[in-house]
Amino acid sequence: MAPEPPLLSMSGITKSFPGVRALDGVDLDVQAGEVHCLLGQNGAGKSTLIKVLAGAHQPDDGTISWRGAPVTLRSPIAAMRLGIATIYQELDLVEHLSVAENVHLGHEPTAAGFVVRGKAAKASTAALLKRLGHPEVDPGRLVGELSAAQQQIVSMARALSHEVRLIVMDEPSAALDPEEVDNLFRIVGDLTADGVAVVYISHRLEEIRRIGDRVTVLKDGRAVAGGLPAKSTPTREVVALMTGRNVEYVFPERPATPAAPADAAGAPVLEVQGLAREGEFAPVDLTVRPGEIVGLAGLVGSGRSEILETIYGARKPTTGQVLVDGRVLRPGSVRAAVRAGLGLAPEERKAQALLMLESVTRNVSVSSMSRFARGGWIDRGAELAAARAATRELSLRPDNPSVPVRTLSGGNQQKAVLARWLLRGCRVLLLDEPTRGVDVGARAELYAVIRRLADEGLAVLLVSSEVPEVLGLADRVLVLREGQVVHTAPARELDEHRVLDLVMEGAPVASGRSVAGSSAAGSSADRSPADGGRGPAS
Amino acid sequence: MTQPVSPPRSSTDKIPSTAQPPAWRGVLARADVRTLSLLGVLAALIVVGGITKPDEFLDTRNLQLVLTQGSVIGVVTVGMTFVIMSGGIDLSVGAIVALASVWATTVATQEYGFAGILFTAVLVGVGCGLVNGLLIAYGGMVPFIATLAMLASARGLALQITDGATQVVTIDSVLDLGERDAYILGIPPLVLVFAVVTIIGWLILNRTTFGRRTVAVGGNAEAARLAGIDVRRQRLYLYLLSGLCCGIAAFLLIILSGSGQNTNGNLYELDAIAAAIIGGTLLSGGRGTIVGSVLGVLIFTTITNIFALNNLQSDVQQIAKGAIIVAAVLVQRRTASTT
Repeated sequence: MAPEPPLLSMSGITKSFPGVRALDGVDLDVQAGEVHCLLGQNGAGKSTLIKVLAGAHQPDDGTISWRGAPVTLRSPIAAMRLGIATIYQELDLVEHLSVAENVHLGHEPTAAGFVVRGKAAKASTAALLKRLGHPEVDPGRLVGELSAAQQQIVSMARALSHEVRLIVMDEPSAALDPEEVDNLFRIVGDLTADGVAVVYISHRLEEIRRIGDRVTVLKDGRAVAGGLPAKSTPTREVVALMTGRNVEYVFPERPATPAAPADAAGAPVLEVQGLAREGEFAPVDLTVRPGEIVGLAGLVGSGRSEILETIYGARKPTTGQVLVDGRVLRPGSVRAAVRAGLGLAPEERKAQALLMLESVTRNVSVSSMSRFARGGWIDRGAELAAARAATRELSLRPDNPSVPVRTLSGGNQQKAVLARWLLRGCRVLLLDEPTRGVDVGARAELYAVIRRLADEGLAVLLVSSEVPEVLGLADRVLVLREGQVVHTAPARELDEHRVLDLVMEGAPVASGRSVAGSSAAGSSADRSPADGGRGPAS
Repeated sequence: MTQPVSPPRSSTDKIPSTAQPPAWRGVLARADVRTLSLLGVLAALIVVGGITKPDEFLDTRNLQLVLTQGSVIGVVTVGMTFVIMSGGIDLSVGAIVALASVWATTVATQEYGFAGILFTAVLVGVGCGLVNGLLIAYGGMVPFIATLAMLASARGLALQITDGATQVVTIDSVLDLGERDAYILGIPPLVLVFAVVTIIGWLILNRTTFGRRTVAVGGNAEAARLAGIDVRRQRLYLYLLSGLCCGIAAFLLIILSGSGQNTNGNLYELDAIAAAIIGGTLLSGGRGTIVGSVLGVLIFTTITNIFALNNLQSDVQQIAKGAIIVAAVLVQRRTASTT
């Protein structure tokens, strides 16, 4: 379009971390004065990409051009000098410093090179805050005393206190009320009118429609679509790009007779009755029978992971109960859940499941240690043999459980977590995004493993943001939207479009969706009018 | 060791799973670079000692003295290693040693003789560890703060008990163990205790569920919790263990000095933490070895001895210790990044 080169042009950006390729040849062009939206699920590579752009990560491969000239962003300071500012989702403010001190942190106005000119800093901060529509924020107040929205404004003021040409905003609206979102959008409009480019990250499609010019969609570390027109691309197409498959997968066959229409094949092993957590998800009922895979489908923020972690006892429910084999579990106790036969493969494998410094054996045996111990004394031979048997059953590679778990690929790390529960003899497996961070090629094998475990009698509860994964793997699907189960059906009666419609459906009254302000309000505002303010707590 | 599940593979192919090399070669292979370099430093120190003061340093009596002096702090360091490996810290060890040593040497306690002193020292240590553990594990206090508070109050209590006076031990069976020519199984009693504590510590860390849980909690507390480990109970036990080690160390100190003083164990916390760090224990938890920590203790005591023999004052010793800590950590960084 424009004859001059784009403000920013990233091409072929590749970045790997041990075990996973976070970015795989991503291209991104940003023009001066546009709002370029970056869309993608958790783990699609958005945050890695903006960290590369902010100079916080160095790409393994690829080039970055700034106003037509190639540049290397060696450090955050280098990016800042070019005029690239980033507002991270977790605001990087110092709570115990004042607003003005935060805004000027690292580039304080000084006299004689080192004496901070506090008054000048306050004056320029006040001017910035006024420009941002928040003149009421006192530059002298401590940042820790401000509301989340005000802190966001401070963060933005900090970005603007530099000479900026491009601002990256990582889910800036997540913590904001509707009026504040309106103010945010006004600021974005002012900035772009001045020729500043904005890279805007959000998974709220309405926002992107409202302020976006172009959209780039990331998935599995690749840009599956670049520079789509933000206002005219059909919503379904955008969501399908985010949640769909860019490669065809082979899902394992379901057993001919799905595990029990209601009465047959025995009682459910897992029963969840009216389980709810204030502010996270509304009462959920579900059952899983041995041999059955039940899937929870929903977008980010629909409460998927929270439900799973609450069932597992890692979060304490506000109401409701979890039963295994008809016996009620002590709420909020992981140990009770594990003892009853539950196992969780959490979403953040490295942070929540693995002991990265330890061997595969020790990672696998950690939940069943006492079985190899007499009086606390571990029989390491038996432990190793059992770990080897469990990892072989899942074809974990390399076939040597003594190697450190950190050297494994993402898919094999996931198998190590599954082997842990297999060894423990768990009966209900809770899988949270089982293929997150797993290379695309290794997923089919993982699917086959999960199906085989179910065929052997395990009950599986699966959470995934990838709709085809849920539909391909599960027997029954619960569709979640903003903390509520909106639909339940056998997987074979659903297709991707139907699920996407259910997942995206705006307020219960469908017409509400296009009214931007109200739908941007987020879950609480959406729900409360519908069921008379948060479902009754009992 | 035979393994029933494996399908018949081509008998002995690449996985050397059940092959058992000779014990010595196994030990050498498993002794990592860090341990070997610590042994190298210790050997170098012995060479320095042997060159500068050939007669005095290499004398059996002197070497025995080095080991004996290292025993007290060594026992404390074993407990400290467990705590640090779990991601915690225990700043109160020196103060607990002081409190245990004075409580165990009051006139009233000494009436119960040898057993009374031993029992009291251990009980006071465990009691202090229990308080630390409860505050940290169930009270949600940061280990640094909780044990700092224990440091202050245990020292205060020790001063209150003694009123600043040295409490002389009058029990012969205790004093006899501190004689220069006292031996059990041909080993000085203090050194024997240190050796036993080290071996038990090594076994607990490497061969028991307790050790595994310690490593898991230190390596990734959230993962440990989600794997079904009772993280809080484990933390409680770890501070109990550290307290127990302090109680034992206090008893050793009573034997060594024939008395109990409220100034005992001064700055032990720093020496024990430094020894563990030199030995390769990660301050953030999850990694460390008993062998490394013990070598750290031996390196420190050997330096102290060599400097004393060469009439160098303690200020020079302190500077040298500081330099060694920095050097050890820098070397470990380098080896960690290459492996």
